[in-house]
Amino acid sequence: MARFDTKDDSVIVIIGSGAGGGTLANELCQKGFKVVLLEAGKRQSPATFHNDEWAAFKQLAWLDKRTTSGSWRIAKDFPNLPAWTCQTVGGTTVHWAGASLRLQEHEFKAKTTYSGVTGANLLDWPISLSDLKPYYAKAEDKMGVTRTNDIPGLPGNNNFKVMYNGATRVGYKTVHTGRMAINSRPRDDRSSCWQLGFCFQGCKSGAKWSTLYTEIPKADKTGKLDLRSEVRALQIQHDKNGKATGVLYADKDGKQSVQKARAVCVACNSIESARLLLNSADSTYPHGLANSSGQVGKNYMRHTTGSVYATFKQPVHMYRGTVMAGIITDEAELNTKRGFAGGFEMETISLGLPFSAAFLNPGAWGRDYTRILDQFINMAGMWIVGEDMPQESNAVTLHPTEKDQFGLPIPNVHYDDHPNDLAMREYAFKRGAAVYEAVGAVQTIAVPPYPSTHNLGTCRMSEKPGEGVCNGWGQTHDLKNLFISDGSQFTTSAGENPTLTIVTLAIRQADYIAAESAKKNI
Amino acid sequence: MKRREFLQKSALVVAGAAAVASGVAVVGYADEGKWTAGLKTLKAHEGETLLKMARQIYPHERLADVYYEKVVADLDAEAAKAPDIAKLLQEGVATLDRSSAKEFAQLSSDDQVAALKRIEDSPFFQKVRGSELVSLYNNHEVWKEFGYQGASYPIGGYLHHGFDDLKWLPDPPESASPKPA
Repeated sequence: MARFDTKDDSVIVIIGSGAGGGTLANELCQKGFKVVLLEAGKRQSPATFHNDEWAAFKQLAWLDKRTTSGSWRIAKDFPNLPAWTCQTVGGTTVHWAGASLRLQEHEFKAKTTYSGVTGANLLDWPISLSDLKPYYAKAEDKMGVTRTNDIPGLPGNNNFKVMYNGATRVGYKTVHTGRMAINSRPRDDRSSCWQLGFCFQGCKSGAKWSTLYTEIPKADKTGKLDLRSEVRALQIQHDKNGKATGVLYADKDGKQSVQKARAVCVACNSIESARLLLNSADSTYPHGLANSSGQVGKNYMRHTTGSVYATFKQPVHMYRGTVMAGIITDEAELNTKRGFAGGFEMETISLGLPFSAAFLNPGAWGRDYTRILDQFINMAGMWIVGEDMPQESNAVTLHPTEKDQFGLPIPNVHYDDHPNDLAMREYAFKRGAAVYEAVGAVQTIAVPPYPSTHNLGTCRMSEKPGEGVCNGWGQTHDLKNLFISDGSQFTTSAGENPTLTIVTLAIRQADYIAAESAKKNI
Repeated sequence: MKRREFLQKSALVVAGAAAVASGVAVVGYADEGKWTAGLKTLKAHEGETLLKMARQIYPHERLADVYYEKVVADLDAEAAKAPDIAKLLQEGVATLDRSSAKEFAQLSSDDQVAALKRIEDSPFFQKVRGSELVSLYNNHEVWKEFGYQGASYPIGGYLHHGFDDLKWLPDPPESASPKPA
């Protein structure tokens, strides 16, 4: 591992080592840039991961205190845990399930396509699908996405068998084991999938793509990567000319340092990215860095989600095998006849007994609830992931009084479900139940959203500087050497799992940084 | 102190902390005589009351008392380390006993449920429920009772251990679900 001096202002500092930051670090190192990668969490490995839901949660999850407000049920059930993301090297790519779907053309033009959704702060992306196509191809190759690059699909597990039979019986046409960044054959020095059933807990076989054991070691091999784990970025600093100059951070013993930088890239996942910019406020930028638009933290999106589980007379053992290798895409297409804007995917999901008890109806107790858990091995499950409407009032803000261990305000996450989100969820619950009823479900259970894993939009891309935080390259409108490199950039949420697009944007951003650097603009 | 307050406010995180605190080992409380003899901080009556309460919160006929006794033993272990938890549990039991004509443990099952319903938003109830959620459902012996197999890494995954053994529905075509490598 390289070690660069904190005064070396030729390095690029990237904050966060997940899908955006970890990928960007490797791409920049491959181009010869020196990169300092700051990561809040510890380094784990497939050998240290746990095939155990609670133990893994404790090992990997971001557990720093946050507060919540708004009408979403998360604020009641998990008031201090709005998001289920990771604090570890590799970020949430350690926890993600691997579903790798491209956004659709019309989803980049949400304002134009869904014109007139009251209360939604819709905007078209400043980029289109054609801008991303070559980069999507690079990302799919990098990540080894099944059903691309001649990589076969994964074999379906029992949970998929139930989904497939139900889906085809109700008339759905596109049902398969998905486009997954999980090896169906050995590839890129990683094994094929063992069907462990613990995708969310860190993949012990290494078959699932994670920056932890792909991008980061590849970057390290160039001799250009200085990964500093267990450090906390506190503030991005700048000069009088509107350029970012470095990052103030604390190491695990609390010692504070400033790492100088030629450019700073923020990839802390949507809650912390916005919080860091807001916490970087000073007399020059009293409302936070890169926030002349006032949009930092605003338009927080988390996808319209929910799950449908069903019990059957015979065993399913849904927890065996790849968690999310199963998809119905029919409802994701543009279809304005259902009474709501946007589309959704239906994907297999499973939980073990411990998390089924915790999540199937958070807070529930008594016999009606335990009768469902009694059917655990006879249960199948699917997750709904759909486009949610951006709202300016759905926002990450700084808590007025509560501070973290560094004396910085903790984030509050406010989310009200938009009527469009509610209409989509209700419709999706019914369609999911219909799938299972078609194959003899005894009971179907509509399960409310889990803490958010898809956190999007708090530093959104916009054509006009007044409408968002960064341009189509993730470059902030206000400081030309400050970049947003994670899902915070998303102008709208689209209906697809976001990781593939985050990786795609990071590859593209690296090209842009290299080009601007060559022109001496950065 | 702030950290502790925070943990107490979030049921999920409380549960996570409890999971780590209790691990999966079964506490050796049942070695002789009544199981309550192994309690360190809670009195026998408090233990018995919490046992009845735990059975009503997550009732499973297939589970013997021993699994719920472990829930109480885990609460007792927490109480031994944290006086505020001990106080919460002891006062909670006393309040519960006073809330009906008879002591909670003497009530009919329906009356026990009704009594719990009245206090379900209280910190006492939420503490017991949150700890039980982990202590009960993260107990590997309980997993066996439910047929949940848990970790598959030691056997090389479910690839050769039933990940696709469902026979009561037709197999999807290979275009939808290719054969394993």
